[in-house]
Amino acid sequence: MRHGACREVKVLEVVPLGQSKRPGEFFELRLELPDWEAWRPGQFVMLRPLSWGLELVWGRPFSIASADRGVLCVLFQALGRGTRRLAGLRPGDQVLVWGPLGNGFAVDPGKRTLILAGGMGLAPFRAYVERHPAPDLIRLFFAHRFPLECYPFDYLSGLVDAVRVEERSPGDLALVIDALRAEMAAFDQRGLILACGPTPFLGTVRDRALELGLAERTQLSLEERMACGVGACLGCAVKDAGGGNVQVCSRGPVFWAGDVQLGRG
Amino acid sequence: MDTSVNLAGLRLKNPVLTASGTFGFGLEFEPYGDLAVLGGIVVKGLSLEPRQGNPMPRLAETPCGMLNSIGIQNPGLEAFVRDKLPRLPWREVPVIANLYACSLDEFAELAGVLSAEQGVAALEVNVSCPNVSRGGAAFGQDPAQIRAVAEAVKARCANKPVMVKLSPNVTDIAVCARAAEDGGADALSLINTVLGMAVDARTRRPRLANVVGGLSGPAVKPVALRCVHQAVRAVSIPVVGVGGVCCAEDVLEFILVGAHAVQVGTANFMRPDAAFAIASDLPGLMRGLGLDGLEGYRGSLILPGPGRGG
Ligand SMILES: Cc1cc2nc3c(=O)[nH]c(=O)nc-3n(C[C@H](O)[C@H](O)[C@H](O)COP(=O)(O)OP(=O)(O)OC[C@H]3O[C@@H](n4cnc5c(N)ncnc54)[C@H](O)[C@@H]3O)c2cc1C
Ligand SMILES: Cc1cc2nc3c(=O)[nH]c(=O)nc-3n(C[C@H](O)[C@H](O)[C@H](O)COP(=O)(O)O)c2cc1C
Ligand code: FES
Repeated sequence: MRHGACREVKVLEVVPLGQSKRPGEFFELRLELPDWEAWRPGQFVMLRPLSWGLELVWGRPFSIASADRGVLCVLFQALGRGTRRLAGLRPGDQVLVWGPLGNGFAVDPGKRTLILAGGMGLAPFRAYVERHPAPDLIRLFFAHRFPLECYPFDYLSGLVDAVRVEERSPGDLALVIDALRAEMAAFDQRGLILACGPTPFLGTVRDRALELGLAERTQLSLEERMACGVGACLGCAVKDAGGGNVQVCSRGPVFWAGDVQLGRG
Repeated sequence: MDTSVNLAGLRLKNPVLTASGTFGFGLEFEPYGDLAVLGGIVVKGLSLEPRQGNPMPRLAETPCGMLNSIGIQNPGLEAFVRDKLPRLPWREVPVIANLYACSLDEFAELAGVLSAEQGVAALEVNVSCPNVSRGGAAFGQDPAQIRAVAEAVKARCANKPVMVKLSPNVTDIAVCARAAEDGGADALSLINTVLGMAVDARTRRPRLANVVGGLSGPAVKPVALRCVHQAVRAVSIPVVGVGGVCCAEDVLEFILVGAHAVQVGTANFMRPDAAFAIASDLPGLMRGLGLDGLEGYRGSLILPGPGRGG
């Protein structure tokens, strides 16, 4: 797939989300949209504000949450030194964007599609739902730990058939896993299952897909530490089914469930 | 403006090469610039057989730099020659193969096959590998072994230039530089990464699965400049500066200290068009400094005179 280029664009807005309950943690970053030829939901961008200078040497990978009408949107959680600085960006600040990167999710408009999202793993599905020709055929299952207003769930539940489970304490994890497993068993359509979320969440999806014989129509979007985003540094490798290394950035981030092994370190 | 350089018989249109392991096989960066504007492309380290490299995580970001313990993951010699080299624009830009092996015989075999390829302009020898027949001590830490590797590769290089890449993790880089020259090396490149470590105080774990790894990026530029400064005074073969080059001014700093050319490494991760931008910014910067070529500027560093202390 042909990639876009590396561009310096301006920040349009940094919109805080979930302010009343998790202040300073969740944001929507709105940037000028680079001159991309094309992109697909499930692809990502590398972002590196020019103000990082020589100090932070890597860009940070983020799913494309939307890209239209001149605006590129990503949703992020401020967790570490890079994302905390992204949260402090102001309109007009310059950010380097390279992308769109990676492959994106499959689309099968004629059949029902089950989306399984954990936490910020919901971000790429905003783009997926907005771009889907038949959103009424989509079922969304969302598992989250933070208050709902931190995520674009309310917006998406207006467009698709959506359910959610909240993990209020670590003890709720078993409930989430049970609900997820039940959701997959109940989805007896011959359509796609698409998942994005923390690695243990994806591990549950993968195991269940194999149990139910659904691996060939289940896709997982993986997260790995990335330096280059273009397949060159070999830092983002995961094991494929045969035990060989594949780069998440250039061969993924979306993989068929049977094609990758997931580390649970 | 003349930015061209003669590197041990290799004609470079400018002194900006890419560093092994940071630019893939070049093809990954084609969307971000015209490979032909580069002085040269040094490709990912190659071994005889494919290698999976070290376990994950094998990268960590550190202030002004990063650690890596990739462990020379590569598809092996055969796959490179068959799948990668034919797709590279080697007629327009010199492609330099980077050799990784754990014995003299393997180095010689790699050199024989790669130098016979029309698309390979020169060989760069990575001596940071452990020598299996010598109890695993790295070749690059022992001047006698550096010399032996240079000799083994030179004997099979079909008269293509051989550049030995030195490790900074030694007591005296000048001794290593001389050993490579004595072994017949046509050029030197330095530095490879600086051995380092990062840990997480909360999880009590090292940040790399391999525990230790190689530091690179702007943080190592002072180490690289010092090594180049010491190496150029020890040998008469050309030296290529590697370590923290991020902009055209960094290129001139290495040339000022005496380098013929530089390699851009970690900067390719800071932005994928970095090497292209550095190559295209260089003439403007030279003009601004009143230079019309690099020859006269090279090694023109003004050192403090005697008696000034310091
Ligand atoms: C393809 C892809 C898409 C992503 N999309 C989103 C998104 O839409 N919204 C969002 O909030 N987050 C997303 N992430 C995760 C996001 O990239 C990390 O949270 C972010 O890089 C953390 O950077 P930091 O400097 O704040 O954290 P630090 O912990 O300080 O980071 C140190 C290094 O580790 C890496 N790192 C740390 N945590 C992660 C992680 N979970 N995944 C990958 N690398 C990590 C960082 O990139 C950085 O290089 C995505 C990751 C990938 C690989
Ligand atoms: C991810 C990564 C992989 C590397 N792989 C190789 C390699 O295969 N062979 C080699 O000789 N050097 C390798 N290096 C070292 C670089 O070529 C270079 O010597 C070093 O990074 C210092 O330059 P820099 O500060 O510009 O990155 C690697 C460096 C990095 C960061
Ligand atoms: S991030 Fe560099 S290879 Fe994937």
